[in-house]
Amino acid sequence: MTTDIAAETLKLPSLDYAALAPMLILFGVGCVGVLVEAIAPKKARFPVQLVLAVLGIAASLTAIVLAAGTEKVTAAGAVAVDGPGLFLQGSIAVLGLVALLLISERSLERGGAFVAQAAVTANSEADRDQATRGSGATEVYPLIIFSLGGMMLFAAANDLLTMFVALEVFSLPLYLLCAMARRRRLLSQEAALKYFLLGAFASAFFLFGIALVYGYAGRVDFAGIHAAVLDSPNDIALLYIGLAMVAIGLLFKAALAPFHVWTPDVYQGAPTPVTALMAACTKVAAFGGLLRVLYVAFERSQWDYRPVLGAIAVLTMLVGAVLAVTQTDIKRLLAYSSIANAGYVLVGVLAISKAGLASSLFYLVAYGFSVLAAFGIVTLVRDADGEATHLSRWAGLGRRSPLYATLFTFLLLAFAGIPLTSGFTAKFGVFAAAIEADQTWLVIAGVITSAIIAFPYLRVVVMMWLSEPGESTPAVSLPGALTAAAVTIGAAATLLLGIVPQPLLDMTENAAHFVR
Amino acid sequence: MVLLVVPAVGAVTAALVRHDLAGRIAGTVAAAVAFLATLPLPIGRGTRVDTGPALVPWHQVDVAWVPSLDLRFHLGVDGISYPLVVLTALLTLLCCGYTLWRVPDPGRGRLLVALLLIIEVGILGVFLALDLILFFVFFELVLLPMYAVIAGWGGPGRRRAARMFVLYTLLGSVLLLVGLVTVVGAAGTADLVQLTGTRLGTGTQYAAFVLLAIGFAVKSPLWPLHTWLPDAHTEAPTVGSVILAGVLLKMGTYGLLRVAVGVAPDAAQGAAPVLGGFAAAAIIVGGLVCLAQNEVKRLIAYSSVGHMGFVLLGIATLQPVGFQAALVGNVAHGLITGLLFFLAGAVKDRAHTGELAKLGGLRETAPGLSGLLGFAAVASLGLPGLAGFWGEAFAIVAALRTGGAYWNVLGVVAAFGAALAAAYLLRLLRRTTHGPASPAVLALDGPRLSAAELVAWAPLVLLIVALGLLPALVLGPGAAAVDALHGVVGR
Repeated sequence: MTTDIAAETLKLPSLDYAALAPMLILFGVGCVGVLVEAIAPKKARFPVQLVLAVLGIAASLTAIVLAAGTEKVTAAGAVAVDGPGLFLQGSIAVLGLVALLLISERSLERGGAFVAQAAVTANSEADRDQATRGSGATEVYPLIIFSLGGMMLFAAANDLLTMFVALEVFSLPLYLLCAMARRRRLLSQEAALKYFLLGAFASAFFLFGIALVYGYAGRVDFAGIHAAVLDSPNDIALLYIGLAMVAIGLLFKAALAPFHVWTPDVYQGAPTPVTALMAACTKVAAFGGLLRVLYVAFERSQWDYRPVLGAIAVLTMLVGAVLAVTQTDIKRLLAYSSIANAGYVLVGVLAISKAGLASSLFYLVAYGFSVLAAFGIVTLVRDADGEATHLSRWAGLGRRSPLYATLFTFLLLAFAGIPLTSGFTAKFGVFAAAIEADQTWLVIAGVITSAIIAFPYLRVVVMMWLSEPGESTPAVSLPGALTAAAVTIGAAATLLLGIVPQPLLDMTENAAHFVR
Repeated sequence: MVLLVVPAVGAVTAALVRHDLAGRIAGTVAAAVAFLATLPLPIGRGTRVDTGPALVPWHQVDVAWVPSLDLRFHLGVDGISYPLVVLTALLTLLCCGYTLWRVPDPGRGRLLVALLLIIEVGILGVFLALDLILFFVFFELVLLPMYAVIAGWGGPGRRRAARMFVLYTLLGSVLLLVGLVTVVGAAGTADLVQLTGTRLGTGTQYAAFVLLAIGFAVKSPLWPLHTWLPDAHTEAPTVGSVILAGVLLKMGTYGLLRVAVGVAPDAAQGAAPVLGGFAAAAIIVGGLVCLAQNEVKRLIAYSSVGHMGFVLLGIATLQPVGFQAALVGNVAHGLITGLLFFLAGAVKDRAHTGELAKLGGLRETAPGLSGLLGFAAVASLGLPGLAGFWGEAFAIVAALRTGGAYWNVLGVVAAFGAALAAAYLLRLLRRTTHGPASPAVLALDGPRLSAAELVAWAPLVLLIVALGLLPALVLGPGAAAVDALHGVVGR
């Protein structure tokens, strides 16, 4: 590697700026955001940052739309711009924009969902003071923009090293964001620490896996690995162990069992808008990376990894569904539901076919919208101490605020995969793809767990509608325009993708071709 | 199709109208329009050509819904589905009309009407769907509103009953979905018109048939998968029980006939003895359990297990006579049990108890009510000349005609079951209507029948008599379709 590559690096790699624009715009906006923090007066920061972030994501989305149809590998083979890559980037941008609306809501609580100074010792005098008075930190905006940019790069990375860099770029801001909840500071900090430690382990596995794969293939770019899988004279064990370690890193980010243990704690502790961002966008990015690694680099090893990952998919669906039954906190319940949903996406991924790719992409988008709306409603159900997430507090919500209870019921039905919601279309798509690929056992496990997980959802529905509202049933806050917009977009997308899914299905099908 | 749009619009209107009574009226009007819309369906049906495909709908709508997932919005009506479509529309109309007069606790009648109309959309959709996935979509659509009806307006044990109902039927749906997906995957199409008569591989057929049959058996419900039914029926409000027994159970038997037998005929042939055995067991078990029941609604609920056993026995024979028995038995059971549940609800509402031990002497205080109860019970036990007779008689005839010692035994067992039915229904009558009047009966609120009740029940009574005298009402339109289906099995 040393001599050839060193000789090559003397030439500047050719960069296709148009194709890289979505990511470059976001990274640029992120840097400007940091400068705004330094320069702008404190009062002006929030509106400036919000406008800047929205414009940045919108510009990035425009660049993605303009680049539609491109299929090329650029930046010396480090970035692949192709159908799935652009589709995933577009989904990250749109879902990120909706999540940004939730994050920017300031009318529910004075100063927003974020703490002013995260470094103040939790439960100290100063902390209590800032919980009630301080205006939330606006550093969250550059952090989110960097994170979204990293996710986009992750979905488009065409070699393992770029992928690792992107993984770190989108993970580090998320670790920080988790620690910034205004209420329940200790829980939030614990969540961040857990996420960081486990995430660091996963990154280390990923990096070690890269080293082993390099040892086997002599290359880190996906085309090179693809060629080497059949031809390399090296010991095949290197490949297997390397692939397993790379996969562990990716499975961790996608929250698949048995690498899911961080999910409930982090989802519960993080500020709810950040949880929404993680459940929607991180999932898209993580599966984007997983899809590219499995479909582009290791396609020829599919007979080796398919049974193992299949077992992981079954385990994930089971763990998610069964443990969801016992949850008493709505955020934890949604966390386990997101674990189970990750299992369903993996079923689609393991079809290793065009249909599998297209249905997984559809699933990610459909689930992203529903979960954003669901967490949006969670932010609204609150009392004087902040959000009331314990399930018993949701009893009788249907009487207090029929509109939000109806919306939440609808979203839960979508998670359960009831027809006429996006959940049904999405599940049907991945199951059909898996059956076509002779993975019937995954589908059987999938439908059985769907029946199990319908139970906790129904329990929440029953609790909201059929229990008498008690003294402790919190009121639902009137949402500000931003949260209302986010919830409306999410719920509307859930309904539309259930009734007229054809346009998005067409998009995923047209996009479902990786460039190698 | 108008049939689905009208109740759907009605449901939305009923739910949105602020005023409770206005909402209920709007819903009832929608149900009436839907019922009227079902009547002219036989007009314009083509004559069947023997060489054509095995399933020829009279009318159909076929629109692509999600082409890339191969989902089509394919609806159609033929002789097998038509009587059930009319029955569904009629019972929903009667139930909506009944809620105009009386809303079960805790009120909010317009929501109840809206839910009933959504259930109607789902059930009609199931009977009309000619695409397997669409069939499943409608099948699922029924589940949640029914759950809400039981859990929202039911009796004291409604939570548990509703949960049982949901868990059982969800499990059934899961198996059903796997079965349907197996069929669609193997055949490459979800269209029932194309699938009926296509021969799939034997292995696929058996796998599909077993999955589908269990899925439908939960819904029907076939012994031993019936345990959700008594609770659900007992706890559900009157209109809920009527819809549940009258038409919801028919989705199971209809699905078995149309989908399971139609798509996997060879497997149906192989599995028929097993199915027949379970059906005969259901008849006997249903009858014996009924003899030991002490609660009116529970007794009627268990009698459904026995009656659906006859329907399933008819299907299991795979004879044209058996299919016709199933058809007429379905409709007759819908009418009679619908009426019985209306009456049981009326008795319970007035006497505030459903315990047989606490009732008695109803004849003395409420002659009209007890007369109707007698009529319905006699119809239910299969008295010749009333609707219940044909389904049971034909099923037994079909079993005997299939021949062989096994089927003869099943026929005899079923005949014995019919005698058991007579025993438990007469016991019901003796305990409730005859004997000295009990305190609960003496304290009856409003022993006279109200006009609304008479209006709601009269069509059922008339149809029970009419169907008893002229079974051709159902058999006529269904004959061609039944022969075609039998042609598929016998080929």
